[in-house]
Amino acid sequence: MTAVTDRQKLSYIASQAADARVNVELETEGMTLNIGPQHPATHGTLRIVAQLDGEQVIRAEPMAGYMHRGYEKLSEVRTYPQITTLVNRIDWLGSFANEVPFILAAEHLMEVEAPPRATWIRTLLFEMSRVAHMILFLGDMGVQLGAVTPVFFAFRDREFVLDQIEKATGGRFHPNFDRIGGLKDDLPKGWIESTKDSMQTVLTFCDQIEDLLLGSEIFQSRTRGIGVIPKDVAMQYGLSGANARGSGIDWDLRRDNPVGLAYPDLDWKVWTHPDGDSFSRFWVRLQETREAVKMIEQLCDGMPSGPIMAKVPRIIKVPAGEAYVATENPLGEMGYYLVSQGGLTPFRLKIRSASFNNVSIAPWLLRGVYVPDIITILGSLYFILGDIDR
Amino acid sequence: MADDSTATTDAPGDGSSEEIVPAEPTDERREAILADLRAGLGDAVLDTHIDPGRDVWARVSAESWAETAEVVRHRMGAKYFGFLSVIDWLPSPYGRSMDASVDTVLAVESGDSSGEDDEPEEMQHGVAGGESRFQVFARVASIGVPGEHWGITVKADVGESLSIATWTNTFAGADWHEREAWEMYGIEFVGHPGLRHIYLPGDFEGNPLRKDFPLIARMVKPWPGIVDVEALPEVPEDGPAGEADATAGDASSEDSP
Repeated sequence: MTAVTDRQKLSYIASQAADARVNVELETEGMTLNIGPQHPATHGTLRIVAQLDGEQVIRAEPMAGYMHRGYEKLSEVRTYPQITTLVNRIDWLGSFANEVPFILAAEHLMEVEAPPRATWIRTLLFEMSRVAHMILFLGDMGVQLGAVTPVFFAFRDREFVLDQIEKATGGRFHPNFDRIGGLKDDLPKGWIESTKDSMQTVLTFCDQIEDLLLGSEIFQSRTRGIGVIPKDVAMQYGLSGANARGSGIDWDLRRDNPVGLAYPDLDWKVWTHPDGDSFSRFWVRLQETREAVKMIEQLCDGMPSGPIMAKVPRIIKVPAGEAYVATENPLGEMGYYLVSQGGLTPFRLKIRSASFNNVSIAPWLLRGVYVPDIITILGSLYFILGDIDR
Repeated sequence: MADDSTATTDAPGDGSSEEIVPAEPTDERREAILADLRAGLGDAVLDTHIDPGRDVWARVSAESWAETAEVVRHRMGAKYFGFLSVIDWLPSPYGRSMDASVDTVLAVESGDSSGEDDEPEEMQHGVAGGESRFQVFARVASIGVPGEHWGITVKADVGESLSIATWTNTFAGADWHEREAWEMYGIEFVGHPGLRHIYLPGDFEGNPLRKDFPLIARMVKPWPGIVDVEALPEVPEDGPAGEADATAGDASSEDSP
């Protein structure tokens, strides 16, 4: 492994040497620790098998597959409108965001463009899924460190956002609202105002979390300098989203490749943090939540009028071709590589989900850390099991 | 623009000729990316495709697959590893038999007759062409400099040997992706540090994402299609007798082992 900083190498060697000394004196035996599949820190059923030497991890291997549902195979026998129901369940906390890149890929091959109002509502709901998703992360990170209060705040305040999503789409978690060519429905009356109100709750929540966690000495000492991912390693493993930006990579698909969404019309900022540790990943997500609230307010104010559906045939057939469309989902780059041969169903649909890449770094990252840090590091990487296994 | 008013008399002729021969959309930035790839790989680049303003593809020879990773990462600066996977271009031998009858009606209505006849379909490759049944493809991108983001999809034919070089030496993140591709398609990645199952149980037989691997759930119970609400079971006219029958039936089924 070439891409380790000298400082990391030295500290690793030093800790190994210290450990070897202790081992000789105390004759500790290595043990294998099995974390999960049912563990609060695993957000589902990720199992981690860690070989330990004393309190340190020699080798850790995440075992995925407890939630493999075979969406790539299933989408080969489903028509395009049926697939949005499936992909909703990939990253189940930010469901609407899963539908968008798939719909955009199909629209691109069909050469259909959604009307401006549909694009804006898409972007709006996309950002609201992000806010709902990130609120839970911000609260959850406290739980990983033994602070139970923030997570109750998170569940309480997330509900305000989910209520708005439910009012507009009919589904709290699985909206299934996006259609090829536009959206299922227009926004209900009075929705814009109540959304802006709920965003104030989110901002208050962000401030509360900042007060509760960021300044806390325990929080700082448990996250600062823990789980450091250098830039180059992050790119090799294809880390995306806040995990990449937490490692100082100035990259956000919303700014750099905003295909078919309203981001270029908004005023917002991409936050990065140079440290690459658990703390920086948390900090970047906190700033992103505020940034998303800013975007939602602008989207509410500038919402164009007009139709919400373009003209599309009743039976959706996508012309032969290939397209890769990726968007900046709450967890990172989520992309669909769509291969169509002109039929009613995709010929092949490769789902590039963010968590799969984000967690694949775990064997590298967990080597040499202490057992309690496994939990905080995984918590800060932030993954959803459905997004790993698909 | 200022000349428009004076040139109005000539304009119709010019306008119509432009309409008849629309300029082929070009994408100089992506042309440059491909030129860079060709300079690094030479004749190993077999075919390319550009979707102007959107995306770019290149197909390279299987022998140069590992070298391609080196070239895109170190020469071209695409340090970000997106994903790696496989496409099976075999037309599904099951045709439409996996669809619900409702959907088949839909297909006939829309003029999609694939799978209607028993004739095997021709294998038809996607963009940038192909020669073999299996193609491995990967997505890499250059990120980190605002405004300079670009990505490329590279493909390579996997021949009869069903094996190709690994990318893990260049992109450590290819590890899990290659394990998934090995498991789902049975493609061996030569030099991979440990091709183990990632999703499926260790003793699973077959490669589920291959086109000739049937979706067993569909074979056991056909997809109901659009009408997915089953009709209520019929209530017999003489209620009490029917109920007695039902309870008797339940009891016997409970007794049976």
